[in-house]
Amino acid sequence: MAGKTLFDKIWDAHVVEQIEDGPSVVYIDQHLIHEVTSPQAFAGLDARGLKVLRTNRTVATPDHNVPTIDQDKPIRDDLSRFQVDKLTENCERHGVTLYGLNHPYQGIVHVVGPQLGITQPGMTIVCGDSHTSTHGAFGSVAFGIGTSEVEMVLATQCLMQSKAKRMRITVDGELGPGVGAKDIILYIIAQITASGGTGYFVEYAGSAFRNLSMEGRMTVCNMSIEMGARGGLIAPDETTFEYIRGREFAPKGADFDAAVAKWRELYTDADAVFDAELHFDAADIEPMITYGTNPGMGVKVTGNVPNLSDIEESGRTSFSKSLEYMGLVPGELLLGKQVDYVFVGSCTNGRIEDLRAVAQFVKGKKKADNITAWIVPGSKQVEKQAQEEGLVAILEEAGFMLRQPGCSACLAMNEDKIPKGKYAVSTSNRNFEGRQGPGARTMLASPITAAAVAVTGKIVDPRDL
Amino acid sequence: MAREKFQKVHSSAVPVHIENVDTDQIIPARFLKATTRDGFGENLFRDWRYDGNNQPIADFALNNPIYSGDILVSGKNFGCGSSREHAAWAITDFGFKVVVSSFFADIFKNNALNNGLLPVQVSDAFLAQIFEAIEADSKATFTVDLQAQTFTIDATGASASFEINTYKKECMLNGYDDIDYLLSLKDKIEEFEKKRA
Ligand code: SF4
Repeated sequence: MAGKTLFDKIWDAHVVEQIEDGPSVVYIDQHLIHEVTSPQAFAGLDARGLKVLRTNRTVATPDHNVPTIDQDKPIRDDLSRFQVDKLTENCERHGVTLYGLNHPYQGIVHVVGPQLGITQPGMTIVCGDSHTSTHGAFGSVAFGIGTSEVEMVLATQCLMQSKAKRMRITVDGELGPGVGAKDIILYIIAQITASGGTGYFVEYAGSAFRNLSMEGRMTVCNMSIEMGARGGLIAPDETTFEYIRGREFAPKGADFDAAVAKWRELYTDADAVFDAELHFDAADIEPMITYGTNPGMGVKVTGNVPNLSDIEESGRTSFSKSLEYMGLVPGELLLGKQVDYVFVGSCTNGRIEDLRAVAQFVKGKKKADNITAWIVPGSKQVEKQAQEEGLVAILEEAGFMLRQPGCSACLAMNEDKIPKGKYAVSTSNRNFEGRQGPGARTMLASPITAAAVAVTGKIVDPRDL
Repeated sequence: MAREKFQKVHSSAVPVHIENVDTDQIIPARFLKATTRDGFGENLFRDWRYDGNNQPIADFALNNPIYSGDILVSGKNFGCGSSREHAAWAITDFGFKVVVSSFFADIFKNNALNNGLLPVQVSDAFLAQIFEAIEADSKATFTVDLQAQTFTIDATGASASFEINTYKKECMLNGYDDIDYLLSLKDKIEEFEKKRA
C-alpha cells in the first residue's frame, strides 16, 4: 500500500462518517470566531434552539472591524460597535471564551491562535475567514469556511467537506539576501496564478521552507488561499515544537513531551503520491511586488509590468481593466514609481518578526515626506512585545504611525482606508480592487520591501539600500 | 431547517464578462457590518454598479435594462478571495438562482450550495458560447436542469452537463441543509470524541 501524505493522515483521523459520493463529516478540533462572519451563525443556532456544542474548542476575538485608535473608548461607528457588541453578547450567552477589545490577548484571529499555543500540529482548525490557512504552518489542516459552516461547527463540532486533492510545492536551495517568506509565496502565486491551486490542499516542502521561522511559515501558509488552494501546510519539526513550548495553552511538562512524540509522526510518507507536484529553486526568487488586482499579478521588484502580448488572449480584457484601475501601462518599469502609503500589518505580516525586520531596516532613517506609513501590530501581545523590545520607539522615530491591533487597512472595514487613486505598498495579502478602500491601489510586498519604500518614497529594490 | 426546493430554471441571463471576480467585488468589505443575512443584494457588485457619487454606471450589466433573469454568467475563477458567505447572500438576495462560470473558487462553491444558489461549472468553450448567445440576443433564454445536470442554450439547443455530488444535489432538490444532517449524527460524533480521548 502506498504511503500517506501528511494531509491525508490528519484528514483521515478526523472523519466521523464518509457519505457515499458525497462529502466527509469531519471533526473539528479548534474553531476560531470573529465578529463579521459569526452573527448570522449564532442567529441560526438561536432559531433552532441550539447551544454551542463544545465551548472548550471555540475561541473568539474581534479583529476585522475594530478601530485601531482609541480602543479604550466606545467604538464610534454604530454598525461596527453593534457587530462587536453582538459578538460579546453571543459569546456570553453561549459560554464561549472571548478576547475582547483591550483584553491582553485580543488581535487578528490568525495571530492570536498560534501565539497562545492554541494552534497545534495534527489538528483540524476552521474559522469563518479564508486566511485560516495560516495555521497550517504548524502541520495542521486549517481552512476557511462560510457562515453556514460556522453554524454547523458551533452546533455539532463537525463539517461536511469534500476532501481536496493534494499538491506538493517543493522549494529547495538558499534564499538570496533581502528575500523572505513573503517573496517566496508571491513568487509561487505569480508562477501558478491566482487559481492555480483551486481544488487542492498544498503541502510546502523543501529546504527553503524548513529554514524559515514559524512566522515565515505562517506568512507562506497564509497566502495559500491566494492561489485558490483550500489550505496549505508544512510538516512540524523542531522549529515548530520550540515555538509552541511554553505558550499559554500548549501542553506542559510530561504532556508536552508526549505531544511532541505524537507530532513527530506527522510527515508525508516517502512513497506517498500527490495529485500534483511543483518544484521551484530558491535561488530564482527575488524581492517581489504586485502590479495588478489579484495576487497572481506579481513580478520581481526590479521587473516590468507585462506586455499585452505576454498575456493569454482570454485574460487580456481582465488584464487591461486591472492596469487601468492601477494607473499603470503595459511594459512599465516599476522601480522609481512614487508611492503614497505604506501599510505594515495583517495576518500575513503583522507578527513580531515582521515588526522587528521593519524596525531594523528603518533604524536611524526617516520615512520619505510623501509617504504615510502605518504599522498595525497583529495582536495586543505583538504590540506589547514591540514596546518592550524598543521597536515602537525606533519606528516612531522614523515617522511611522503605530496603530492598535486589528485587521485595519488589510480590508478597510474600519476607518483605515487608502484614499482613492493612491498607491499603497502593503504587507497584506490581497490587492483586489477596492480592498484597501474604494479606488485604492494596492501593491503587495514583503515587510523589508515595504520598509525600503517607506524610506525612499518610491518603489525600490531593498537590496540597493 | 427546510429551504426552498430547487426547481428547473428557465430564464434569460445577466453577463458579467470578467475573469477572477473576487468576493471583494461581489460585496465590498465595508458592507459586511450587518448581523442578519438580508439586504445584501442592494450592494452586490457595489463599486462596479455605482461610481464615487453613488450614480449608477450605465454600462455595467446589472444596470443595463436589456439584461435580466435568474442566471448570472461570469468569467473564469468566480468567487475567489475571502470566505465571506455574504457574497452568496448578495447574489441570491439580488434574485439570482444560478451562477455560471468555467471555474469557481472552492469556498464560494460551498457557500453557494449552502444557500440554494446553484454554481454551474462549464468548459471555457461552452462559456464562450453562452456569452455569444447573450450578445446575439440579450433576452436569450437558458434552461438549467439540476435533476439531469444539464445547462442548455435554448436558441441553439447546445447543452453541457455539469458536476455536482449526489449528496449536494439531493439537498438542493429537496431543500435539505447540512446542519439537519449533522444534528442527526449526534451519537456518532460523541462516540468519535470518546474514541479519541
Ligand atoms: S488581516 Fe486581513 S486577511 Fe487577515 S484576517 Fe484580517 S482582514 Fe482577513
